[in-house]
Amino acid sequence: MIAATVPVQRPPDAKLVAIDAAGQITHFPRSNFPNLLRAGDVVIANDAATVPASLFGIHIRTGATIEVRLAGRRSLEPEAVRHFSAIVFGEGNYRTPTEHRQSPPELRPGDGLRLGSLRASVVCLLDHPRLVLLSFEGSSEEIWRGIVRHGRPIQYAHVPVPLEIWDTWTAIAGPLAAYEPPSASFILNWSTLDLMIRRGVYFGTVTHAAGISSTGDPKLDARLPFDEPYRIPQSTTRLVQGARERGGRVIAIGTTVVRALEQAVGTDGVLRAGEGLATQRISRETRLRIVDAVFSGTHEPGTSHYELLRAFVSNEVLENMNKELEEHSYRTHEFGDSIFFERMNLAGANVNSKKSEGCGTLGLPTQFANNGRKYRRSTLRKSLNPRQLSTIFSFDSAYSRMVP
Amino acid sequence: MAKHKVEASEKTAADPTSVWNDRRVVITGGTSGLGKAMAVSLHDSGAKVAIVARNRAHIEDLVRETPALHGVAGDVSSKGDIYPITIQLLGALGGVDVLINNASALGPVPLVPLADTNCEDLELALQTNLLGPFRLTKALLGSLAASAREGRSPLVLNISSDAAINPYPKWGAYGASKAALHHLSQIWDQELSLQGIRVLSLDPGDMDTPLHTLAVPDADRSTLKSPATSAREVLATLQNLLVTTDNAQPEARQ
Repeated sequence: MIAATVPVQRPPDAKLVAIDAAGQITHFPRSNFPNLLRAGDVVIANDAATVPASLFGIHIRTGATIEVRLAGRRSLEPEAVRHFSAIVFGEGNYRTPTEHRQSPPELRPGDGLRLGSLRASVVCLLDHPRLVLLSFEGSSEEIWRGIVRHGRPIQYAHVPVPLEIWDTWTAIAGPLAAYEPPSASFILNWSTLDLMIRRGVYFGTVTHAAGISSTGDPKLDARLPFDEPYRIPQSTTRLVQGARERGGRVIAIGTTVVRALEQAVGTDGVLRAGEGLATQRISRETRLRIVDAVFSGTHEPGTSHYELLRAFVSNEVLENMNKELEEHSYRTHEFGDSIFFERMNLAGANVNSKKSEGCGTLGLPTQFANNGRKYRRSTLRKSLNPRQLSTIFSFDSAYSRMVP
Repeated sequence: MAKHKVEASEKTAADPTSVWNDRRVVITGGTSGLGKAMAVSLHDSGAKVAIVARNRAHIEDLVRETPALHGVAGDVSSKGDIYPITIQLLGALGGVDVLINNASALGPVPLVPLADTNCEDLELALQTNLLGPFRLTKALLGSLAASAREGRSPLVLNISSDAAINPYPKWGAYGASKAALHHLSQIWDQELSLQGIRVLSLDPGDMDTPLHTLAVPDADRSTLKSPATSAREVLATLQNLLVTTDNAQPEARQ
């Protein structure tokens, strides 16, 4: 797929591929997204606002220029900003793809960092030379002030125009929780939300700390997503309950919503309100208990977002979809085109929970386990069998009436 | 400028603590005049209050008097300040239930007829009185909608003026900008009703404030309301609205 290079949240020519529960694939203009919804459905989006998480500064012991990208904190509470996990790069800027960025100087516990008006020190390394736990000096008020004065949104090599904060905030952005935008929600604007409500579709939110999408190191990328805190409002649990009673679908806008909802559900199938920490990695083995369909950006095989989709549809359907995306020149990444999946009846196994490790009980990034497998993007892409992609597609009657 | 549009309605005023308790309130122009009076009063009534003002020293003075207040330094008339302000507000309060766009610019001082008004003075009045409230409300709309979903009856109050309705000579820049803000409030209120967000525009009446002194330096101050009186009246109006909206909520506030 080609990268979307212009930071427009709702490009008029955006495309959407929809795959229903029978595995049928249909293409739409993305602006037709509300037509995929039915009265009684519950749509749930991530309302996290994106923190300007890229901070340039100096590693004091060596005098080296560094870029710190804030990656996570252990709680969503606004005052819990003393400790952040962070990825550190050496000199350079976003115009160099992360995988080619210079390494930071050797980072040791106790090292001081000067980031604009902010002062921070390295508490410990999190099992990787460029992933650290930082402790910031000052009150939470001073830390937020330092972040907004000095921080810039995390930038992307594939988007040449520097992103401003408003490029990274969704229409519904509220709590300061994300470090890169929960970009699936870029599709939402207030007109769309009004239209959904008028059509009898319910809308709710979760807040999920969407983290960094690329660390520049395949070993570290394989650990994504890190453990991420989330909060489920009481109103959302009521909506999900209502959907169950009515037989409506629960539709997640974005993979982070899937992760939060499937973490917050008990084995009794009941969704629990409140704050929690998403530690699980959703994959083919995951039995989805809450989410019936997901709306998402397009993702490349091997990424954690892509692996999550395997919980919804079979590998074969996913491969078919990839071929379609290539053939129809879909664009990928934050400002790219989109996909909509209904959950197929897959024989899911257990949810694979990971335990946090490193740096005591801070519950920040976890380990390497990927259900025993390690993916490199390139190797996975090569492993796709072209002969499996030759299925002929037909319009499903449920979708064909929506084709413009 | 004379007539008071807001009357205190003591008979309907409920126990303030029950209405304002734990409500997260943002007030722009919060270090003087009406803004300061509302900030102190809401704080005393149990609200979590954050004020926005341009002058950090003034913020620090107010926070020294009322330590639980949060102060954010920034200029709502400046596009580049809106997100830094918004992020600091959310960092202080976590979310927002009530946004009071109170900060105002008079236009040219001393007041002059439109024909003698510099374009830059009109621009500044529009930036402060119209675009600033529009931008800040838009940046906080996600938070206000979240407040609505949680049954917290969010509302936006835009502080208006009778100059928004009546064409007073020499009040052109101010009057035109406040008229636009008033109209914007009424349209936005209709548009956001499905989302459960109210947008109001209220005229607090002529008050003895720094802005009034700039406009009418030789005014007889004994004829002007104190900002505290106006604050009481405005907040009583909001309070009545909140009581009504809260009672209409099928689900209690969490």
